[in-house]
This record gives sequence, C-alpha cells and structure tokens, in this order.
Amino acid sequence: MNALLVLLTGALFGVTVHLLLQRNMVRILMGLMLGTNAVNLLLFAMGRVTRGGPAIIPPDQTALTQPFANPLPQALILTALVISFGLLTFTMVLLKRVEDVEGTWDVDQLDDRPPDGQVSGGLETADQADADEAPP
Amino acid sequence: MRPESLLAAPLLVPLIAAVLSLVAGRLPWLRRLFGVGGMALLLAVAVWLLALVRAHGPIATQVGGWPAPFGITLVADHLSALMLVVTGVIGLATSTYAATDLDDREVTIGFQPLLHLMVLGVCGSYLAGDLFDLYVWFEVLLMGSFVLLLFGPKGRPTRAQLQGALKYLVLSLVASLLLLIGVGLVYGMTGTLNMADLALALRRAETPALVTATSVLFMGAFGIKAALFPLFFWLPASYPAAPVATTAAFAGMLTKVGTYALIRTFTLLFRQDVAFTHDLLAVAAALTMLTGVLGAVAQNDLRRLLSFHIISQIGYIVFGLALDTRLGLLAAIFFMVHNILAKSCLFLVSGLIRRAAGSYDLSRIGGLYAHRPALAALFLVPALALAGIPPLSGFWGKLLVLGAGLEARQWTIVAVAVLVSLLTLLSMTKIWVKAFLAPHPVAPPLATGPTGRPVPLALVLPTAALAALTVLVGLFAEPLVDIARAAADELRDPTAYLQAVLGPKGVPR
Repeated sequence: MNALLVLLTGALFGVTVHLLLQRNMVRILMGLMLGTNAVNLLLFAMGRVTRGGPAIIPPDQTALTQPFANPLPQALILTALVISFGLLTFTMVLLKRVEDVEGTWDVDQLDDRPPDGQVSGGLETADQADADEAPP
Repeated sequence: MRPESLLAAPLLVPLIAAVLSLVAGRLPWLRRLFGVGGMALLLAVAVWLLALVRAHGPIATQVGGWPAPFGITLVADHLSALMLVVTGVIGLATSTYAATDLDDREVTIGFQPLLHLMVLGVCGSYLAGDLFDLYVWFEVLLMGSFVLLLFGPKGRPTRAQLQGALKYLVLSLVASLLLLIGVGLVYGMTGTLNMADLALALRRAETPALVTATSVLFMGAFGIKAALFPLFFWLPASYPAAPVATTAAFAGMLTKVGTYALIRTFTLLFRQDVAFTHDLLAVAAALTMLTGVLGAVAQNDLRRLLSFHIISQIGYIVFGLALDTRLGLLAAIFFMVHNILAKSCLFLVSGLIRRAAGSYDLSRIGGLYAHRPALAALFLVPALALAGIPPLSGFWGKLLVLGAGLEARQWTIVAVAVLVSLLTLLSMTKIWVKAFLAPHPVAPPLATGPTGRPVPLALVLPTAALAALTVLVGLFAEPLVDIARAAADELRDPTAYLQAVLGPKGVPR
C-alpha cells in the first residue's frame, strides 16, 4: 500500500511540474490542483498507512489498543484541503478575469504587450484613473 | 497576570479589529477608526510583549492546554516580539496613511479589514511554534494579501494589478506546495511538527543527509516568499501595481515574514550540514543583492525602482543569516528592522511624490525641490538611510553586516555588499536628481505638474513618523542592538526557547 501511494504521489508530482511549465493558464491551474492533491497523498503516506482501528480509547481502558490508525495526517490533510480549496477557487476567478481583460489564456502573450496606460483596451488604466481623481 | 496570557493578544487584536471594521459597513469613518485604532492597540500589545520577553526570556503557551508536542504552541522570543513591534509600527503607519489616501468608496470596499486579516497572518507566523501552523498562518497572510493586491482605483483592479497578482498568486501557491511537501517529509522522518520538539528530534536524526535535502525544500518555499535570488520575479511585477499604502505594508511585512521563517528554521531546525545549506544561502544572498540593485538602477518608475531595492536588501539580511555567527545574526536582525522602517517610509514618500507631481514616472516629474522643500527633506531621510549614510539607521545596519562578513572572512560577498551599497546610493541619487533637482519636463498631458494638488498633513504625518524612527534608530542604536543581540543569542543557543516550549524537564542538556 505504501509503495503504491509513493508511486502515485511521484507520478502526480511529475504531471504537476509538467503542467506548471506550460504557457496555458488553464493548464497551470490544473497543475496547481494536481499538486495540492499530490501533497495531500504525500502527507498521508508520511503518516505510515496501517490497517487498524480509530485512535479512540475505549471507555473501559486507559490506553489505545494496537494497532490503531495515525489520526494526525488526517487532521493535516483536512486543513490543507480546505486551504487549497479556497486558494484554488480564488485563482480560478483571477485567471478568468485576466482572460476577460487580456483576451488570451497564454501567459507569454501577457508580457509582450505594453504595460498599463499605453494601450487602448477600453479598460480604465492606472494613469487615466489618476487623471480622473485629480481636481481640475 | 501570567506573561503567557498576553501571547494570544497579537492575534486577537487584528482579528477583532478586522471583524469590527467589517461590520462597520457603510460608515467609512467608523471603519477607519477601527482600522487605525486596532493597529495602535496591536502596537501597544506588541511593545508590552517585547517588554515581557526582555524581562522573562522566551514565553510560550499551549493553546487548549495540551502539552507541548501535541497542542498548538505559540512562542515569543526576542526575535518574534521585535518583529511584532515592527509589524505594529508599519501597520499603524500604513493604515493611517490609507485612511486619508483612499476615498470613502475604496474604504467601504474594505481596505482596513483586509489589512488587519493580513496582519493577523503575519503575527501568527511570528508566533507559530509548529511547522504546520506556520504553513497555515502563511496561507492566512496570503489570502489577505491577494485581495489587497487586487484593490485598484475605484475598486477595480488595473491590468498591471491583474498581471502582477497572477504571478504573485501562482508563485505563492508553488511556494506553499514546496513548504507543505517539506512539512510532510519532516513529519515522516521524525513524527513531530512542533518546532522545539523537532529541533531535538532532528539532532538525533538517523539520516542527516535526508534532512538536509528536505531543508532545501524549505529554502525554496521561504525563498519565494522572501524574494530570494532566483525566485524574486513576482515581486517587481506585483508590488508596484497596488495602491501606495498596500505596497508600503507589503514591503514592511510580507518578504520579511519569509526572511523570518528562513532565520527561524535555519537556526533552530536545519543545522545538519551548515557548510552546505548556509553556503548556499550565502551565494543566494550575494546574487540577490546584486541582481536586485542592478534591476533597480535600470528602472525609471519610482515604485518599480523601490521594489527592486526590497530584493537587494533581502540579500543583506540573508547574508547575515548565512554567516551563522553571533554577529551575523545580530546584524541580520538589526538590518531587518532598519530595512522595514526605511523601505515602508520610502514607499509612502513615493505616494506623496505622486500626489505632488502627478506621476510615478521619473521622466515625467521634476522640480520638486523648488516647490516642495519639506517633501525633499522627507525623501532624503529614508533614502540616505537605505544607502547607509551615517548617522541614519542604515549606516549601523550595513556596518554590522559588513563587520560580521569581515569577521567570518567572506571577502567576496563583503565586496559585493559594498558595491551594492554604492549602487543603492546611485539609484537614490537618480531619484533625487530626476524628481527633485531637475526642472520639470514639458508638462505631459496626464501629469498635473509640480504645482499639483496639495499634500494633506494626514498623509505626511505617518510618513514623517517613520522617517523620525529611522533617525532615532540611527542616533540611539544601542537599545535596538541590545535586543538584536539577545535575539541572536537565543537563536545561537536555543535552550531557553526549548525550555519555554517543552518545559524545563523536556530538554536534555
């Protein structure tokens, strides 16, 4: 079981790196998603996967009975899952917004264009906004 | 009252202030009041905590009462407490500045609560006594900073902000991945994540080489957060795009949290192969200084220029850490405090310059010295401090770093540091000449000219306060050096830290 998990984690990390190096923003997002899952599996494997009961002490005893499953990785993964869910959702919205404004999913094309204020994109640029707020 | 009771205060104050200023909703003045008041309270609490740490040594508490390796640990030693105080200072200055700089609508969208949420993450990172908690606090801080970064004029992000945020977001997420991988591997090797417990467990690790390999993951994760070479590209893309108060807060808080985490982990935990890890840090530090300042010299936009200087200065701090000597750590800590004050002050000044002259672009402004001599003086103080001119704070910071480097016989890197110092002076001179001395270029259509809007006193006040602190730290450096020395001693010999967390019996001699 452990060997399987380790192999799976490794494969997922490989795909993650590949996707993160792509130019398409959707692929980068996919890479981040796979990456967070790979890390969660890694945390799981690092807690040593064993078959056993839950880590709860029965009422009539004072210690855990062997074997029991390690509860800590589950707590770690649960926390990491929630955090990555929030962050990835935010990333997704941001990427969509960038695509709306720039009209492309290609990150390389973002940099080829002139920075703020020198292109007429119909969008309010920083300098125009400054001019707006200045008194006459 | 037991001193430990105060440990939760630096977390509770920003949290409560964030909630209060959020529910203040449609009353912008109340929002501002809660925002600024919360920061003032945070500063007071942090100073109190520092005083307690000065009196009692490191203080630790276990949240929920679970004993150390199992519960959630909050620890404050000299370094943490000092960083909390500086965070309070920057928080107060930037939220005061923002209270006037942002209009009612922008305040209503929620700058103050977001700033408090970010500060909550920053304070949590400084107090975390557990690697996984450190990761969680980092994420709290990131979430606050993402939204702050996208906080554009009239509430809409500009193109530059969107693109900057994209880079910042993706690289931050990659850093979080690396950090979590590192946390997982360390947990797999030792079965614990409490930093004090880990320090002991890693000392008797069976495979030190594996620990060293894992430490590089942490170096990468914190290196991205700290904008260390070659992981700094997100910084000049994202920082200049945000509103001034945001950039000033970021400059004083975010990269410094990454640097703090580097200092913490590479003094307490990863000491298996100092020759390898710390040499790697030293090389990265030298290249960070150099690339940062070379990037800055090439810039014409005031805020981009200052952003590159953040990177360059991070190099000095990490160099102090990489020396792994008492003087090196002292220098790193002193330099970090000086840098936070001077840097945030400079960003606030850049906002004032933009108000007075109408642009951040150095080729489109000029003649400010003739029209705004007071502003010129206000710029000169932090600028000269950054360049390291006596008697300002930067002089002592650089003196300590260079002294520590010479003591450790790192001639090459000391030479680089001196060169970088000169180039820093050069680019500060460039701003001085172009924005202040040179006559204003023919008024371009978008700039309002040097006789533009008056600069409100409420904006000058926080800026001047930071500048005054820079001067004070320069003139009376001894108290800060004392604190930095105590912090360096605690980092060099973590027995007091370990005893505070694990109890006197938990630490083998």
